[in-house]
Amino acid sequence: MKILVCISNVPDTTTKVKFKEGDSLFDDSGVQWIINPWDELALTRAMELKEDAGNSVNEICVIHVGGASADATLRKALAIGADKAVRIDACPADAYHVAGQIAEYLKENPFDIIFSGIESSDYNGSSVGAMIAEFMDYPGISSVTSVNLDDDDIQVNRAIPGGKQVLKTETPFVAVVQKGIAMEPRIPSMRGIMMARKKPLEVKPAAELEVLTESIKFELPQEKGACKMIDSESAEQLVDLLKNEAKVL
Amino acid sequence: MSVIAFAKNWNGKFKNSSFELVSYTKALANQLNTNMVVLSIGELAEEELKLLGNYGADKVLTVSDPKLNTLTSRAYADIVAKAAESVGAEAIVLSDNNSGKAIAPRVSVKLKAGLVAAVQELPVSLDPFVVKKRVFSGKAFGHVQIKSDKKILTIAKNCFGLVENPCDITIEEFAVDIDTNLFKVKIVEEEEQKDKVILSDADVVVSAGRGMRSPENWAPVEELAEVLGAATACSRPVSDEGWRGHEEHVGQTGKVIAPNLYIAAGISGAIQHVAGISRSKCIVAINTDPEAPIFSVADYGIVGDVMDVLPRLTEAFRNSKS
Ligand SMILES: Cc1cc2nc3c(=O)[nH]c(=O)nc-3n(C[C@H](O)[C@H](O)[C@H](O)COP(=O)(O)OP(=O)(O)OC[C@H]3O[C@@H](n4cnc5c(N)ncnc54)[C@H](O)[C@@H]3O)c2cc1C
Repeated sequence: MKILVCISNVPDTTTKVKFKEGDSLFDDSGVQWIINPWDELALTRAMELKEDAGNSVNEICVIHVGGASADATLRKALAIGADKAVRIDACPADAYHVAGQIAEYLKENPFDIIFSGIESSDYNGSSVGAMIAEFMDYPGISSVTSVNLDDDDIQVNRAIPGGKQVLKTETPFVAVVQKGIAMEPRIPSMRGIMMARKKPLEVKPAAELEVLTESIKFELPQEKGACKMIDSESAEQLVDLLKNEAKVL
Repeated sequence: MSVIAFAKNWNGKFKNSSFELVSYTKALANQLNTNMVVLSIGELAEEELKLLGNYGADKVLTVSDPKLNTLTSRAYADIVAKAAESVGAEAIVLSDNNSGKAIAPRVSVKLKAGLVAAVQELPVSLDPFVVKKRVFSGKAFGHVQIKSDKKILTIAKNCFGLVENPCDITIEEFAVDIDTNLFKVKIVEEEEQKDKVILSDADVVVSAGRGMRSPENWAPVEELAEVLGAATACSRPVSDEGWRGHEEHVGQTGKVIAPNLYIAAGISGAIQHVAGISRSKCIVAINTDPEAPIFSVADYGIVGDVMDVLPRLTEAFRNSKS
């Protein structure tokens, strides 16, 4: 069984975002890039499934749509343990374009399970995984909090408001994963980093695909006014302010 | 031409987010000078469907097939796309929640319609069609142009509010062939806590962090939540440690919420935490450290120990009710 993990390359979560060229572009000067946190958890879970001798996962490949600047992030994914990395050399213009590129790759290179994160922490589109499923006409499961294999029988947990569902699916399928899929993201070991240098990182040309949306400009949220401090003995005062000033009760 | 809204129900009931969706879509239809059609999928009582008429819906299409009572994203997307085609929709609007996230991308591919998720307000401009959305996990907003003729939006919770607009409503069954091949995912078990306030729907949220010091100390948090009819939430380390379940984790890597009131107890206010709560209307922070970053995003703050302050607040809220 083969698992494909979609990787988005995003600014470190502590990044203070800034924009340039009349607020039309993200200013990436000084930005540290990381594997999108959910994608990192998905890769961790894929590794756990492969290491569990009870099932037949024998290949984990990571895929990214973007320029060469993401290669360091893909090397990190290889150091964590992926067997192979593929980069589709295209500007990741929008979710439709990214999902379409990955679907083109999948048509030539089939996988059994495709993992994607619930959203990428830069453009928060929450769309790539479900779009891949639709391009490929595969079943897809969203809000996935666990994936287990038992003799290739697949069991997936999905979070629903106030609870969970246990699902069974056939392969191939797309799992859009969120918190819970793995406990902690794996950190590459020294040996993993050494081995990653020799693992394949294939660069594929982009397919001709349409772009349906375009980012025009950015704005920062309005600054918050000062915080009104209330004495810890005066709980009634806070209740009164919430009722009559903030009007949120 | 028209615009179509997909109003999801949960166990036969709409939520406020469904009514907010209809309110928003009605305003969008007015802006575009066209009419609105609302689509409902699954069996639903007529009285429930009529509630949509309070928010500007005059025409509802329903597909009341029992096979569709629970979400099957593939089949739902197929129906949304077919309904949109049949009414000649130029815009399709869904809620930005679990089901919207599962369906909208599929409809986008089916119809080659540009999708923008987590839209914050009515379009900034119509020609070109530009909408404002949350980006960088709430650290900024982006203006995005949709270039295709058909447009799909999912709208963020609490971005628009409810707009009452009573209308005479006609309900029509939408006849559609449902391909049984689209039901490949089978539900084998389902658990739902019916008595609990659901975090993503809650108007008031009481959230606690590592400042609670131990999972045994959660009673004051739960008591305050109970008095307020609030949902409980927590910071990431609290759920990572297993003090609370993952479903309570809010922030950049957990849930993104937008309640009217968010009470943060013993939470430092790390940038990744704030990413998940910054759209709350009002934030109250309780922390022993007057320099804690949470105070720079809070509207009201109390410097003090959670174990003293929370019971006092519970008492004050209880008294104010009676
Ligand atoms: C990739 C990444 C993603 C992340 N995603 C998230 C996320 O989604 N959500 C999230 O929450 N975090 C996230 N984090 C973690 C984040 O950086 C912080 O570590 C975390 O939010 C801190 O949690 P906390 O406020 O509960 O704990 P702490 O930072 O330890 O803060 C505890 C606070 O409690 C106060 N306190 C202590 N005792 C008391 C008392 N008796 N009474 C009152 N106050 C008291 C202290 O002054 C302190 O301010 C992420 C981190 C990374 C690297």
